[in-house]
Amino acid sequence: MHVHAAPIATPAVRFAGVVRHFGTVRAVDGVDLSIAPGEFFAMLGPSGSGKTTCLRLIAGFEQPDAGHIEIFGETVEGLPPYRRAVNTVFQDYALFPHLSVGENVAYGLRVRGIGRTDRDRMARDALAMVKLAGMEARRPAQLSGGQRQRVALARALVVRPKVLLLDEPLGALDLKLREEMQSELKGLQRALGLTFVFVTHDQSEALSMADRVAVFNEGRIVQVGPPEEVYERPATRFVARFVGSANVLEASQAQALGGPARPSSLRPEKIALLAPGAPAPEGASLIEARVTEVSYQGPVRRVSVLSADGLALTAAIPAAAAGVMAGASVRLAVPAGAVRAMEGEE
Amino acid sequence: MTRAPLSLKIAAIGGLAFLHIPLLFILLYCFTTEEKSYAFPPPGFTLKWFGVVWGRADIWAAVGLSLKVASIATVLALILGTLAAGALARARFFGREPISLLFVLPIALPGIVTGIALRQAFGLMEIPFSLWTIVLGHATFCIVVVYNNAVARLRRLSPSLIEASMDLGADAFQTFRLVILPNIGTALLAGGMLAFALSFDEVIVTTFTAGQQSTLPIWMLSELIRPRQRPVTNVVAVLVILVTFLPILAAYYLTRHGEAVAGSGK
Repeated sequence: MHVHAAPIATPAVRFAGVVRHFGTVRAVDGVDLSIAPGEFFAMLGPSGSGKTTCLRLIAGFEQPDAGHIEIFGETVEGLPPYRRAVNTVFQDYALFPHLSVGENVAYGLRVRGIGRTDRDRMARDALAMVKLAGMEARRPAQLSGGQRQRVALARALVVRPKVLLLDEPLGALDLKLREEMQSELKGLQRALGLTFVFVTHDQSEALSMADRVAVFNEGRIVQVGPPEEVYERPATRFVARFVGSANVLEASQAQALGGPARPSSLRPEKIALLAPGAPAPEGASLIEARVTEVSYQGPVRRVSVLSADGLALTAAIPAAAAGVMAGASVRLAVPAGAVRAMEGEE
Repeated sequence: MTRAPLSLKIAAIGGLAFLHIPLLFILLYCFTTEEKSYAFPPPGFTLKWFGVVWGRADIWAAVGLSLKVASIATVLALILGTLAAGALARARFFGREPISLLFVLPIALPGIVTGIALRQAFGLMEIPFSLWTIVLGHATFCIVVVYNNAVARLRRLSPSLIEASMDLGADAFQTFRLVILPNIGTALLAGGMLAFALSFDEVIVTTFTAGQQSTLPIWMLSELIRPRQRPVTNVVAVLVILVTFLPILAAYYLTRHGEAVAGSGK
């Protein structure tokens, strides 16, 4: 992270009790948020959870009905988008179809009154930065999806925003391109030392790119933290299920598996399959169960089981493991410490 | 593609002939030497009617009035139609559907209803008939044509383009000039030309809103009742065909890659 050395750095973006409703729907329902300068921040959640509205509140396309928003210490409520030092990469890229790629990138400079030669040079540099040198004369319609994405990125970065907002930036790309763009975005963010805020419904995208992840549900942030923390220690049932589909255990079930007497989460990949006759590892809890369903997922198999005392669990076991099929009896081991209390649940 | 049967081809050709051969007769009788009736075949050919038209002040007064009315009504329609389209294309608000319907209604309403309504309204408000009463009458349907074209184009425009423009620092006027106008320009041009053509040959609404003045179509209607110099009307009719046909043709070519020119049916 590129957090400055100042003792109390002014947050790049700060939300205090922000509310935004559409009719009777509370799209954003009391969000507090603080994003550090230079942070790569992900807003993760299902559709309708309020994450995109939060992004639009930062951009200025929406105004809060209550609460307070600051960008680098400046109060921005009431400021229109064109008065905010933030820029957006839109989900559909929103490239201007009547302008060339070069003119698209130079648009923000043009409306700021920067002369043609200067803005052409800056647009060229910005395009080179996103590996599209020499594409200035093309029309957006002549570009592939990945190239359009890069143009949108160059167009937003050329006006030197303090915060870059990305709305489902990789949603429209195919898997290969998506992985490529992920590392490129990350590299760009590091090189520029800029604050990136991106919205996604894809948990693997959020976990792999972000410095911190905010998980949204029903207009509220249910957990914020580094990816490892959100994944390893989900605070609520919702986070446990939404991020990596963890098993959710009630207090008594958690205790029976060697965990605390509190509602807890158990990651499927922590559960190990024991070979017939093999002893349980030191400190692990043993479960006798019957397999109800198996789904092959490449590197792993997701196995749904029902234990003898009626507990339904999902385990992710190496795909190579033999003898696991629906109806089979298996012995599973839950290592000590794998069952983790959810801080946000009573 | 399958080939159409012969009977269908003949029917199609017959239909087109029925529509367009009368136009050829108008052209033919521009040159006839017979001035009281349209005898076929014309007894002889002459160019003198063009000279007669050139020399008649009443014709040029009517042409002048028609051009003025059509131009002003078109400009009015372009401004108001675009604004209305901007308001109604995307926004969701209470009463949006009824308002759009009311907006398009004048083009569906028979001209005679519009005419009577306007005449009574002008009478009630004691507004004397003038150029402006005609313009107002024409604007009712010209606005619809521009509105329909503009709204169709605006709806195809991604709403995030406008947000992207604002996001990049453009205020509302810059966004309109640099993003919206270039994207709806051809639709406005097509709508404007269609509006001009509609206004230029409008008779019914004009009859109710013109008072003593004659626009070109009104002048032609009154001329037909007179027994003398009949070919003069033909010459003027050919001029009208040219003046209205060229813009419509241009509008067609400008928008054929876009959507159909909606509301061109008046």
